Amino acid sequence: MRVLSWVYLALAYAFVFLPVAVLVAFSFQDGRLPVPPFQGVTLDWYAKVLGDRDLMAALANSALVAVVSSLIALVLGFLAAHALARVRLPGSVLLRGVLIAPMTVSYLIIALGLLTLFNQTGVRLSLWTAAVGHVVINLPLCFAITYAAMGDHQKNAERAARDLGAPEWKVLVLVSAPMLAAPLAAAFFLSVTFSWDEFIIAFLLTRFDVTLPVEIWSMLRSGLSPATNAVGSLVFLVSVTLVVVLEVFVFRRVK
Amino acid sequence: MTAGVSIRSVSQRYGSALALDAVDLEIAAGEFVVLLGPSGCGKTTLLNIIGGFAEPTAGVVLIGGRDMAGVAAKDRPTTTVFQDYALFPHMTLAENVGFGLRMRGVAKAARDAKADEMLALVGLEGRGARRPHELSGGQRQRVALARALAVEPDVLLLDEPLGALDLKLRRAMQDELKAIQRRVGTTFVHVTHDQEEAMAIADRIVVMNGGKIADIGPPRDVYLRPKSLFSAGFMGEVNKIAVSAGQSALGPLAVPDGVLCVRPEAISEGGALRIGPCRVEETTFFGTYLRAHVSPLAEPDLRLVVHLAQGAAPEVGAVMDLGAQDFVVLEA
Repeated sequence: MRVLSWVYLALAYAFVFLPVAVLVAFSFQDGRLPVPPFQGVTLDWYAKVLGDRDLMAALANSALVAVVSSLIALVLGFLAAHALARVRLPGSVLLRGVLIAPMTVSYLIIALGLLTLFNQTGVRLSLWTAAVGHVVINLPLCFAITYAAMGDHQKNAERAARDLGAPEWKVLVLVSAPMLAAPLAAAFFLSVTFSWDEFIIAFLLTRFDVTLPVEIWSMLRSGLSPATNAVGSLVFLVSVTLVVVLEVFVFRRVK
Repeated sequence: MTAGVSIRSVSQRYGSALALDAVDLEIAAGEFVVLLGPSGCGKTTLLNIIGGFAEPTAGVVLIGGRDMAGVAAKDRPTTTVFQDYALFPHMTLAENVGFGLRMRGVAKAARDAKADEMLALVGLEGRGARRPHELSGGQRQRVALARALAVEPDVLLLDEPLGALDLKLRRAMQDELKAIQRRVGTTFVHVTHDQEEAMAIADRIVVMNGGKIADIGPPRDVYLRPKSLFSAGFMGEVNKIAVSAGQSALGPLAVPDGVLCVRPEAISEGGALRIGPCRVEETTFFGTYLRAHVSPLAEPDLRLVVHLAQGAAPEVGAVMDLGAQDFVVLEA
């Protein structure tokens, strides 16, 4: 029985990670096509990718969109969560539901909706419009994480801060936010990861400057190349790093 | 530095429930007042109204003669010590204690000096660099006290500050609280449901019940000369005997009509008001006294609780001729 469970574990991990492993392996292919047989190891494709201006510009764009949109989503999500956790409003439940609803809507629908809106209002497509799309998908996430983390403990400390003479914005900045540092960091890093990997919204809402997933897609249109694998591996590396950072510095501290 | 508080016919209504019913209370500057009562009596509601965390439905609150209507908690000359301490976990003790001064724009050096001074006042000198999670419950409550006193409020509000501590620590903190209040001279308004705590620290006790003040006075008066049956019962154990036209279940008693209230420790063989011969039903040794249940021969169904001297050792079934030394007669 023990052997069987180990086999099951190995199969499950293989199923999840084999495609990634193959992608990474063939990024080192010493040949023109990322398909078997494996013809030896080279770093040429990485050199080519890192020297590619368009790709590097797309990489910088992706980082910018991820960080800016995540920060905006975090601030808005935190403020909404704080207000809904503290103040009793008529229809609080409905407000919460509406805030979380975008999570259940497909990215394609959100992107099409925003595209229509931007066309109607004459807003030019750019990195900023893609960032708006990413705020829409990450705001519910940031809201849900911070809302779930708020408890009576914070509420009482905030009350004490007000009692000692703190105006409302200082209560937020000096007491509420620092006490929620761990969940806020978790929400931020998750948002960055989602934005970094996101394709459909970025594809439909950008035009001349594009993000990395969109650039990779256009590379794929001109056929398979180990260069694409190399970019994919780099993207994967960044995502994994973020998740590891999150695990080590945020989740471990929460426990 | 210190100011009196006037509460004038303050009422608080939550939906259909009346949490406070036209309460009048004058607190002198520098006084240590304890609001005492069972949960739901309105004591915490009254404290919240003084602190500015709730606006009264009706009535006026004056602090130092100034009307507090519409003045937010942060602008009032009051600070609060909360039952769960409510310290800021991400700040050091010095930063916690200095927070109120920081909000008042005091420079860091002056803040730190004041924080050191306040931590020394509560017996935590030199611990300013520690964080709240390194402290025990009693130490956290001291920090909360230092933090509230650091801004030199006119009135300090204490919301069951010792409720989360174990009994021994609570008794020790009571004495310290009283000593600190004497030193700083600030008006203290302290909420508790523990009548021993109230008697240990208060200049005046305000006994509350059902949103009204049931009794008010120095601990000795509230305990020995309660003005209501509720107050008599809440402050400690009491034997109640109905008296009508000089007659009671025990026979004739020379007291006015009403309910005769006698504390267990006021009954002895020597007391002036004679209760008559009583049979000892049960005795229990309590350390400082011997607690006995007795029933008067004249009315065997009536049970009285008597605290006899530590050395007394009456047999169960023995008959003692008892009398009350100290008593009050209250309206039924």
